[in-house]
Amino acid sequence: MSTPLLEVNNLRVSFKMHAGEVQAVRGVSFKLDKGEVLAIVGESGSGKSVTAQTLMRLTPTPPSYIKEGSILYEGNKDITKLSESQMRKVRGAEMGMIFQDPMTSLNPTMTVGMQIAEGIRKHEKLSKSAALARAVELLKLVGMSNPEGRIHQYPHELSGGMRQRVMIAIALACHPKLLIADEPTTALDVTIQAQIMDVMRDVQEKTGTSIILITHDLGVVAELAQRVIVMYAGQVAEQGSLHDIFYNPRHPYTWGLLKSVPRLDTDKKSELSSIPGTPPDLYAPPKGCAFAARCPYAMKVCMENDPPQFEIDGPAHTAKCWLNHPDAPKVDRPIETGGAAHV
Amino acid sequence: MSNAPILELTDLRKHFNLSGGRVLKAVDGLNFNVKRGETFGLVGESGCGKSTAGRTIMQLYEPTSGSIKFDGRDVSKLTKSERMKFTKEMQMVFQDPYASLNPRMTVGKIIGEGLEIHGLASGRKRAERVAELLDAVGLNEEHANRFPHEFSGGQRQRIGIARALAIEPKFIVADEPISALDVSVQAQVVNLFKKLQRERDLTYLFIAHDLAMVKHISDRIGVMYLGKLVEVAESDELNANPLHPYTQSLLSAIPLPDPEQQKSRERIILKGEIPSPLNPPSGCPFRTRCPHAMDICAKTMPEFKEVKPDHFVACHLY
Repeated sequence: MSTPLLEVNNLRVSFKMHAGEVQAVRGVSFKLDKGEVLAIVGESGSGKSVTAQTLMRLTPTPPSYIKEGSILYEGNKDITKLSESQMRKVRGAEMGMIFQDPMTSLNPTMTVGMQIAEGIRKHEKLSKSAALARAVELLKLVGMSNPEGRIHQYPHELSGGMRQRVMIAIALACHPKLLIADEPTTALDVTIQAQIMDVMRDVQEKTGTSIILITHDLGVVAELAQRVIVMYAGQVAEQGSLHDIFYNPRHPYTWGLLKSVPRLDTDKKSELSSIPGTPPDLYAPPKGCAFAARCPYAMKVCMENDPPQFEIDGPAHTAKCWLNHPDAPKVDRPIETGGAAHV
Repeated sequence: MSNAPILELTDLRKHFNLSGGRVLKAVDGLNFNVKRGETFGLVGESGCGKSTAGRTIMQLYEPTSGSIKFDGRDVSKLTKSERMKFTKEMQMVFQDPYASLNPRMTVGKIIGEGLEIHGLASGRKRAERVAELLDAVGLNEEHANRFPHEFSGGQRQRIGIARALAIEPKFIVADEPISALDVSVQAQVVNLFKKLQRERDLTYLFIAHDLAMVKHISDRIGVMYLGKLVEVAESDELNANPLHPYTQSLLSAIPLPDPEQQKSRERIILKGEIPSPLNPPSGCPFRTRCPHAMDICAKTMPEFKEVKPDHFVACHLY
């Protein structure tokens, strides 16, 4: 197998605050292959955004700092060791990022074309007109109508969906090998969300770029991802292929997440299942499993010992839960996996 | 329990006058009833007028024309004392659990304020009532002395619900009450809404953009587009037989949390964007994005009519 594009090993990121140290990311490891679409799912405070921002070293230091771990890019470059000026060469050229809020992430005083061209000219020696011509091509790629006219418009003249297309065009401007999309469709209406997901799939197929998709929406994951990481309290709770996570989940938190979304076939009269309680305080994470306090299957061992990642049929699918220990009691998974498609 | 609807809207309009003589027709002719004890879901995308409709029903905005009848009485013709009674019977839960609670008031004060205004309870009795309400929404008595910033989003939304329930309303307008919450917490709050409805005979107008969740909680659903209702039907019927092309595309645009279902189903992806409500298309407002648009759609607004029992749609296809 070829070297993965990205290899994250035991990454720990903390924020030094007045009240103490917030351990936002607590030992995250994963690999991303070339051309792969990886989704990182989790709820607010799970550390998914901090993980993604750290890959591009975008979290402000101080208060944040990388406590431990490495991020190997193309097998040899450790992102955690690069200086700010070296990082500047990586951002944009090697990795592009799309943010949740397309209004506040675009410069309101610059035309769309100039914003796209600015990124290109930062990394490549190109004339302004050549860069603008590339901008038109990029806007075509993201499905913008009338791209020749659009490059002269300002962000406020565009709708939310069009702004997000511009963001994607900017992120793709220098043909990055990795695109990090942090909740790219959360702020959009559902019909526009469908359009943007289409654009992302299309762009991925045409350019072959790897994508890390940060989201809380399991529907978006099902639509776009090939592999999935489920994060909880700064750690990887479970990771596996799209099929593993949706049809053979092995962590009670994944079960809870899957159960709490209404499905087309859920009985309307039945209660939605919810996960009781709230995530732990990351100023002082619990000694045992971070999910134990909310877990209906918690055992004594869960309170005392933090579970390791257990391999489920090989290293591609792992779950950080004692239930997967060979001596653990067998529990029935509370969800019908496979959904209506298998019935 | 009588069968008469608790809320009747007849040709309700709310237009805003903007600078330069422009008129924003946020709500443009709504007709629907809400039956006693049911949950009516109002869905649509940003700018469709669903929140304006909710606020106009709450009398936070004065309607431009049309009538709102609550419990058989026209709410625009209420006297001052009748209005006081009306506000006691209809309460609202807001979207943003951060902005809708006064940060300088304790939770006990926030929940008890309505009791004070309506002279329903004071002193120890009020404290008891607050404790009871906190318990009903799944919080503790001790929380009464704390301030909103000490709570998570889901807990704050519970406080907002307790506040709405304090004066024992019959009707609650919930404007996107779960949109700002995490998925697992959304489920908690939706379950709470359902439990309270069973226990207290409440009627809900549930406003949201998330059709999947609305479908789960509602008995009937109304779909809005650019200030107009395009379809109203029972929740299961709307899900199984959506008639309006907009409803069809909304349903098909929801990404399903099931990869195989998601890959196998046919999806309708709408072209283009929602037109500006300042300059809506002639005729049917949806025609610019509609895959079935015909000549007539640009000329006349289709009538909102009952094409099947209890299934209303405004579309020239029917």
